Amino acid sequence: MSRFDRYLWNAGAGLLALLWILPLLYAVWTAFHPAAYEADFTLTAPLTLENFGKAWQAAPFGRYFLNTFILVTGITAAQFVLCTLAAYGFARFRFPGRNILFSLVLLQLMVMPDILIVENYKIIRAFHLVDTLFAVALPYIASGFGVFLIRQTFMTVPRELDDAARIEGAGPLLTLWRVYVPLAKPTYLAYGLVSVSYHWNNFLWPLIVTNSVETRPVTVGLSVFATTDSGVEWSVINAATLMTSAPLLIAFLLFQRQFVQSFMRAGIK
Amino acid sequence: MRKREWIYGWLLILPALTLIFLFTHFPAVLTLLHSVFSTPRGRKAAHFVGPANYERMIHDPVFWKVLTNNLWYALGTIPVAIALALLMAVLVNRPFPGRALSRMAFFTPTILPLIAVANIWLFFYTPGFGLIDQILGLFGQGQTNLLGDPATALPALMVVAVWKEAGFFMIFYLAALQAIPPQLAEAARIEGAGRWTIFRRITFPLLMPTTLFVSINAVINSFRLVDHIFILTNGGPDNASSLLLFYIYETSFRYWDTAYGATLTVVLLALLCLLAIGQFFFFERKVHYK
Repeated sequence: MSRFDRYLWNAGAGLLALLWILPLLYAVWTAFHPAAYEADFTLTAPLTLENFGKAWQAAPFGRYFLNTFILVTGITAAQFVLCTLAAYGFARFRFPGRNILFSLVLLQLMVMPDILIVENYKIIRAFHLVDTLFAVALPYIASGFGVFLIRQTFMTVPRELDDAARIEGAGPLLTLWRVYVPLAKPTYLAYGLVSVSYHWNNFLWPLIVTNSVETRPVTVGLSVFATTDSGVEWSVINAATLMTSAPLLIAFLLFQRQFVQSFMRAGIK
Repeated sequence: MRKREWIYGWLLILPALTLIFLFTHFPAVLTLLHSVFSTPRGRKAAHFVGPANYERMIHDPVFWKVLTNNLWYALGTIPVAIALALLMAVLVNRPFPGRALSRMAFFTPTILPLIAVANIWLFFYTPGFGLIDQILGLFGQGQTNLLGDPATALPALMVVAVWKEAGFFMIFYLAALQAIPPQLAEAARIEGAGRWTIFRRITFPLLMPTTLFVSINAVINSFRLVDHIFILTNGGPDNASSLLLFYIYETSFRYWDTAYGATLTVVLLALLCLLAIGQFFFFERKVHYK
């Protein structure tokens, strides 16, 4: 590649990257400046945190954040337990119906609970769970994707390690805990990050099953806040928008490499 | 001994499988069942209506509208997002100053909630105050109403989707690019192949499994993700930007016509099943590189 070519490619990459991040930069700009500077990009414009204060006052975002936090940790923890057990069963035990049951689990990669909103709502209503955090989590805590991902990792664990643990007198569950789980740590990290960002961002299902401040996650809270016709200023809505994305965004900036690798690992298997 | 292994296996998978069946397979079957019943209203219980819901669907212009919309939405977003993802991956796969920053810029939209992203884009699109109009104003151009015009509402949503997804697909291409042995390109170069030829004849075919994987994900997402519609257009004007899942939501949870909602869901399920079958055959035939 000639030197000129290289400069051209670099410039192209930089330009595309700038174009891509521009919407976010714009949101940051409006959120940190008074409303008068929404389309006035004077670099000396006064910075302010007022918009964040107004947003925080205008809607119970504290409660929304707590709800999302409980949801995301609860779902991920439950997924780890259930998917680990099932993955171990599928990876290392022979039993009648194993293959057909595993294909049925894989079917969930295509047909997700996300699209079965009508009937899942009826099921949740039959359990009298409408408008609870548990209802938001329930359809997702057994994830076909998680079972698949962890099973793939467990299959690569050498049989000899398993046998050695058994000879030492460890039962299946102790073997799982002492041998398999420690060896699958990178997979858990990958799956955890993917799952946390998925459920932090999830909107449609929580919108359907929640209808009070005590249960709404931030995504639904944000939409309620942004669509009320109370004449909320844009800069305030943008501040709220950034606020709801901030925890993920900060986590992403801190653990960028792990994030990208996790998404890759989770996708490629 | 044998029996004990069976029991262990079943017990291990039991909790996860129960929940997966309860919230995926069982509702899928219920969807089929409820699509041939009427919607229960007040004291009136649901009764068997046979194919009535399906007849209604075939004569429902809104159904055909959202189905075509979804088709255009998929056709308009998927190839563009994939092409951009590939371009991004190629661009940031070479070392250059600012590579880490560029990667970050491409990937960041992926981790933001779609609902938040839609809010940001709403500021661009809004007539009069929006950034697009403000910039056009500087050049003395009149007002636009991109979200209010049936011709541009859906494309406006498509831009948001492409922006959100391209960076996500990029990382799969990056991983795949890094897995290609550099000797292949070197051998081709010795043979006198140009860079474009190398890309077209070596790199691109080797990326085929990734392209397929990404395409399938993109198709599923084009049916599954409708969050931005809630903020940007609410499906309007006159359903010009409504997609199938959004229509299902409206029918079932705004008009509480759950039987018709189930009937529409059957179509969505059928489309995804077709995709699954297609994937199976396509994967069998086309991809032998692994």
